[in-house]
Amino acid sequence: MTVRAGGSSPRVEAVISAAPIDAAALVRNVSGPGEGAVLLFLGTVRDHNRDRRVERLDYEAFAPMARKELVAICQEAAGSFDLAGVSAVHRTGRLVPGEASLGVAVAAAHRDAAYRGSRWIVEEIKRRLPVWKREAYADGTEAWLDGHPAGSAP
Amino acid sequence: MSRIAARGMITVDVRFFAVLRERAGGERRRVELPGGSTVAALRAHLRERLPELPEGYAVAVGRAYAASEHVLEDGDEVALIPPVSGG
Repeated sequence: MTVRAGGSSPRVEAVISAAPIDAAALVRNVSGPGEGAVLLFLGTVRDHNRDRRVERLDYEAFAPMARKELVAICQEAAGSFDLAGVSAVHRTGRLVPGEASLGVAVAAAHRDAAYRGSRWIVEEIKRRLPVWKREAYADGTEAWLDGHPAGSAP
Repeated sequence: MSRIAARGMITVDVRFFAVLRERAGGERRRVELPGGSTVAALRAHLRERLPELPEGYAVAVGRAYAASEHVLEDGDEVALIPPVSGG
């Protein structure tokens, strides 16, 4: 078992939220004097998909289960990659291009763990979180995105 | 235990999301099954009653992913999870 400075356990926070993502708050949640690397990932809404102009996205979640899965993913990552802190948030509701739908901040003693841990968390979120997006296009039509069978590789 | 359970039947609360909610025409449906029924039996039941539901969904029981052989209990909340597109 790795003993951290001060012997503290990893700081983990995971939220499903209809409010805009506060990236600075995510960074604050994980930052500490014992860490040499803090990494922030933001997934943002694109204004195009398969040559179609996207006007907005509506995210639907099975929120209680999504939160439970997100907490589990963050805790698993903290253990596997020796992260000192993980703070993740996934949006629900209506988003427009450029807005962040996913925010993940991680802190670790060294950058390698931070990069690997962050990447793993994002991939697991895409694989496991019960969240669905519906795109609305410039021509007035809408469609649920083709997703990944839950639990399989994205 | 409910009267239904005492007669050897169970009732589960099935929840539909995203494209499944639209196809099912509602968010929830109470489904009665013989006691001891598995997730696979629920899938077969739904295939018969709601043929318009697309296949290929995962199932969560009590907010955790469940395998086909998972045995359902009276009062379980069962979520049908179509392919996910978070991130």
